[in-house]
Amino acid sequence: MPLDDRYQLAFKLYPYTRSTDQDASAPMRHPVVVLGGGPIGVATALDLGLQGIPVVLLDDHEGVGQGSRAICFAKRTLEIAHRYGCAQPMLDKGVVWNLGKVFHDDRQVYEFNLLPEQGHRYPAFINLQQPYFERFLVERVREAQAQGAPIDLRGKNRVDAVEVKDDHVVLDITTPDGPYRISADWLIGCDGASSPLRKMMGLDFEGRVFEDNFLIADITMKANFPTERWFWFEPYFKSGDSALLHKQPDGVWRIDFQLGWDIDRKEELKEENVCRRLDAMLGTDVEYELVWTSIYTFQCRRMKKFRHGRVIFAGDAAHQVSPFGARGANSGIQDVDNLGWKLGLVLNGTAPESLLDSYDVERRHGADENILNSSRSTDFITPKSKISHVFRNAVLDLAEHHAFARPLVNSGRLSVPCVYDGLPLNTPDALPEGPARTRPGAPCPDAPLGQGFLLDHLGGEFVLLGIGVDVPDQLKIDAVALRGLPVPTEGDIQDRYLGGAAGAVYLIRPDQHVAARWPVYDEAMVRAALARAIGKD
Amino acid sequence: MALNTDPNIPDPDDFYAELLAAHEGLSDDDSIALNARLILILANHIGDRAVLTEALAAAAKGDTK
Repeated sequence: MPLDDRYQLAFKLYPYTRSTDQDASAPMRHPVVVLGGGPIGVATALDLGLQGIPVVLLDDHEGVGQGSRAICFAKRTLEIAHRYGCAQPMLDKGVVWNLGKVFHDDRQVYEFNLLPEQGHRYPAFINLQQPYFERFLVERVREAQAQGAPIDLRGKNRVDAVEVKDDHVVLDITTPDGPYRISADWLIGCDGASSPLRKMMGLDFEGRVFEDNFLIADITMKANFPTERWFWFEPYFKSGDSALLHKQPDGVWRIDFQLGWDIDRKEELKEENVCRRLDAMLGTDVEYELVWTSIYTFQCRRMKKFRHGRVIFAGDAAHQVSPFGARGANSGIQDVDNLGWKLGLVLNGTAPESLLDSYDVERRHGADENILNSSRSTDFITPKSKISHVFRNAVLDLAEHHAFARPLVNSGRLSVPCVYDGLPLNTPDALPEGPARTRPGAPCPDAPLGQGFLLDHLGGEFVLLGIGVDVPDQLKIDAVALRGLPVPTEGDIQDRYLGGAAGAVYLIRPDQHVAARWPVYDEAMVRAALARAIGKD
Repeated sequence: MALNTDPNIPDPDDFYAELLAAHEGLSDDDSIALNARLILILANHIGDRAVLTEALAAAAKGDTK
């Protein structure tokens, strides 16, 4: 098969250059190879590279494909990007929004404010076209490389075959200069929903298909719509069974129409037909230009297991959700956050290989939560039977006049990180008076600290957070370094981490999730909790 | 609190007549929609998740008796 581009690029970010591996007499062996140069693959390479772990990333293109695609990036994603050092350009470029309006036919049913809690560095969401998100990640990779991070991005390197062994994987790669072969101790599959790697390995990807087509039209227009998320059920302008209007940077608006199942894709994508729908919605006096159009269908599904020996899957390659709730790219970045430190500890021999099974367990838990939420949103937005349609409209009718019905309206439950409740790396909660939101397994909520924020000081390594309780500055347990972080008991930290407790000690994982918490400092308990958190228990 | 399936509505004939009166003159589709709104209003008033689950089970069972 020739190495032709399957799509046009928005940004050429990693042009092909010949690698010395291509001239080696025997296949070069690498600790980690990442397959796929999308947001999840690049973030994985960045996470590992910043830890000093040599990583090779392979992609069959030379950059980011066109099309806005994922446009909503959640606070948790920005917090993770902050740890990687590339959240600021995302925030600077992104559009911040808080207000959402829901319409049924020609009536506003209600409006909601995301009401972001104060005292966090990042907003609840930003809207940003995926190509920008990817570009900022790659720019950070370039900066890290200049500072010595061992990251090697190889564009126009298509993997055509893999041979999975017990302790390594052999990859056959095609390039413009012909084929070559490398091997990897670990292979991370981030090659998207239609993952060629998954297919090469003959692995399952089962779930639910939703029989509906959605038309995306990105347009630029001069009209003065506010920076809000507008969602219509059964809109009066009849451009679809539902419609969404959402603002992106560069004066671009994302418009989404639900078309139904039996459609002629080619016909619907014709400019005059897209414009007919847009004119009905916007009115004929609004001037606009089409930037990008696409028709998509979707499924909610995941692999049975994300880890297959030395091959680990992340992002859409491992799990796929409907777009409602922005749980695709956001959950993929959480995969990376979860995998990076674990792979780091396994590679440097500090943790047993079995720690990576916790990636599998924790992120399947996350995927199931996302699939559940996005399936429920889909069932509300696109009712599958007459009676579900009746109940949906009953909810919308009531929501207009009665507050009780508004929580039942589901046009997407927006992505929040999951809590790893009851999973093996957690130590049972020893701070019963502590707030539920910071229980073991939970991601740490941000809070102001000094001139900055608490999360600036967490992540990347294990941290022992002492709130009104003395903790050692440094502690070394079984070759794992822990950093002590004493903070005063005041303000948002008190509300979010102490609740009714007078003081607390938190053991916080490198991905900023709580591993354990206690009312006092006890080295033996910290020791036991740490052993458990790195899979030694 | 368990689902109360003992008689609990004072003047049952009067309530029943009011229920039918609410549907009078409605098309089948409008009646179905009214029932759906009524179910949601009552469910919210009850609020107790366990009672709602019991009620759903009792309603489903009623069909097969």
